[in-house]
Amino acid sequence: MSATVMLSAEQRKQSRNTGVTLIILGVISAVFFTQDGGSAGFGLTEGFTLNLSSQRFAQVLAVALVGAGAFQLYRGFGRLMNVFLATGTALFVISFLAWSASGESFNFTGMLQDTVARSVPITLGAVAGILCERSGVINIAIEGQLLFAAFTGSIVGSILNPWFGIVGAVASGVALGGLLGVLAIKYQVDQVIVGFAINFLSLGVTSFVGQRVLVTKPEYNYLTPFRPIDVPLLSDIPVIGPSMFEQNLFVYFSYVVVAATTWWMYRTRWGLRTRAIGEYPKAAGSLGVDVLKLRYRNLLIGGAVAGLGGAWWPVGAVGRFDENITGGRGFIALAAVIFGRWHPVGAFIAALVFTLAEAVRLKLGNLDTGIPSEFLLSAPYFVTLVVVAGFVGRSRAPKSVGQPYTEQ
Amino acid sequence: MPRWFDALGSRLNRMSSLVITLLAVVSALVVGAVIIILSDVERLGNGEIGAAFSELATAYSALVRGSVGSLRALSETVNNSTPFIIAGVSVALAFKTGLFNIGATGQMLAGGLATTWVGFVMDGPAIVQIPLALLAGLVGGALFGAIPGVLKARTGAHEVITTIMLNYIASFTILWALDTQLFQRPDRSDPISKFVSDEAMLPKVFGFIGLGEKFPAHSGIIVALLVVAAYWWFLERSKMGFEFQAFGQNADAAEYAGMRAKRLTVVGMVVAGGIAGVAGGIEILGRYGYATQTFAGTIGFDAIAVALLGRSTPLGTMFSAILFGALQSGGREMQVETDINIDLIVVLRALIVMFIAAPLLVKAIWRVKSAQVSTGQTFKGWGS
Repeated sequence: MSATVMLSAEQRKQSRNTGVTLIILGVISAVFFTQDGGSAGFGLTEGFTLNLSSQRFAQVLAVALVGAGAFQLYRGFGRLMNVFLATGTALFVISFLAWSASGESFNFTGMLQDTVARSVPITLGAVAGILCERSGVINIAIEGQLLFAAFTGSIVGSILNPWFGIVGAVASGVALGGLLGVLAIKYQVDQVIVGFAINFLSLGVTSFVGQRVLVTKPEYNYLTPFRPIDVPLLSDIPVIGPSMFEQNLFVYFSYVVVAATTWWMYRTRWGLRTRAIGEYPKAAGSLGVDVLKLRYRNLLIGGAVAGLGGAWWPVGAVGRFDENITGGRGFIALAAVIFGRWHPVGAFIAALVFTLAEAVRLKLGNLDTGIPSEFLLSAPYFVTLVVVAGFVGRSRAPKSVGQPYTEQ
Repeated sequence: MPRWFDALGSRLNRMSSLVITLLAVVSALVVGAVIIILSDVERLGNGEIGAAFSELATAYSALVRGSVGSLRALSETVNNSTPFIIAGVSVALAFKTGLFNIGATGQMLAGGLATTWVGFVMDGPAIVQIPLALLAGLVGGALFGAIPGVLKARTGAHEVITTIMLNYIASFTILWALDTQLFQRPDRSDPISKFVSDEAMLPKVFGFIGLGEKFPAHSGIIVALLVVAAYWWFLERSKMGFEFQAFGQNADAAEYAGMRAKRLTVVGMVVAGGIAGVAGGIEILGRYGYATQTFAGTIGFDAIAVALLGRSTPLGTMFSAILFGALQSGGREMQVETDINIDLIVVLRALIVMFIAAPLLVKAIWRVKSAQVSTGQTFKGWGS
């Protein structure tokens, strides 16, 4: 891409923001992370620990980041801008880790493994949101769908077996998707109101029934979660193998869902029509697409995906349901929808950014750093905030999202 | 057509929307009853269906008695409604500007912390300290609300994401602040602030006629009503209120008409944040007298439901806040008298919001024919 291509004011601004962000990261790296002279051990594979001199690494990184930022401001990386940004941020995080872990060593690969595992409900919740929003229906109810699915999944899974738990969770996700559909599409209720009502309803019903029933009958809320399964060959790749392919089935489900949704959305007729009715439902309708039916279908499939995400808590992670166990993950998923620009792969990356920050926080909690723990706790949220503000900027939503459609 | 005829017609219309509202509440109570009965596995398992129903009757009567059954109950309802009214107006005003303020919780925390600080560094007199403390709350909330506003105006970062993240950041920041020497109570090691001075506590609303004992509601409700009145004036009478609404309804047209979109976004979030900050301050000065990490509870989040239920109008927001406050105090009484826990209130609120938002559904269930219904969109998508 040549520098002579005309950029819109929006793009120029975003390009400038990116350059400034890179320089700021570089300056932070130069000022703070070069303070300490020790070296940090990054445990990569069993028996192999990479020792990084935090000071030297930070110095090199600071120069590279400032240089890249200056180049971005002066010439611009063009299409490679986001690649540089992602790499720069990742290296910045590593430099931060090296600085805070200086003099000690920790299991770096384990941290990545944790990152990927925790991303499952956020990724699936975000894909559910994308399916709905691409067809023109706002889904604020992701949180409620996840929570209710976790609740049903735990009860059904405890009474029957974990596989039925997944089925139950998916069914409850579909049911809430249907409820959203009936109210938003048939009765044309404001979609944000319905979404919030479903969130409150899920929170209320699961807490209420949970307290009333599960407290006295704990046997309905106890199951053995899935164990990790190694993917042959792939799991032998150093670092990447253990972090991505030594996981339980839910992680693989989420890969499949992300890949399938991407293919479906951009390579099938159904996907094309879905995108069309989210942008210009009238035009699509006049060409013979059944807008309302397609919206229902997307909401139900989205509900199923969210249900699978909700099943992660009882079946894929902790083996039970607790009051408000999702703790706002559905809203993080909502953020991932916007952050990922309504694209499944984007949402997956967004979920990983958030959970990486969370995994870093958990790791640092064990190491002795000078940072007050309260600020470490807010790190994932802070990173998301900075990334959204600095990198993503204005993202474009499906044009007709939130507007009810009446057949002419 | 004579004018009185139009007036009569619109009054009848309003009556029928009142009918719809009542039917929506009844529908919610019916569904709530079904949930109560079905979740009573112990009694249902033993076949004691009559006992299950009698518990339901006790619960619902406790709900009424606990919210309006006595002076003390009424006073409790007033106290519970106060923060809902103020925070509800914060969210409603943002909605009118086309902004979705999920961050009222964080703004309440920021404002409440500022109020607490003024509350313990000064020692009266009340007439000076209370306004100053609430002003500090306003400023604290406004500054915290400014962050998502500026981020949206400068970078386009959507306020739904930024306010959610800022809620978490606020709750951890207050945890840190309560651990510092400035805020932490000297004899404590947990994160809890010093007490505000006695002078800074809001007086009882009917204290001046000697009813402070029988009706212990604090005078925060007066502030809340003033906020509603100011909100009404702002929407109906002020130029900026007109600009806010024009911008909220059609940002492109407003910009074309010469309004400055970025400025409106920032100011809208600052004002909404400031109001939420006052809600936080009122909770400190009226209810607690000190700050903890969780003093804002879920009020900022429930305020979204309040604003949605009230369709973001001044009176609608106020009445739905009072309904929420009444359910809150009734729910406490219900939890005391029966095995039914207060989480039922969350279910009932959700159902009421759902049914009131879906007048067509209520009409279909109860076979009401005539009533006119209005449907409208609160939130205009994610913006482009």
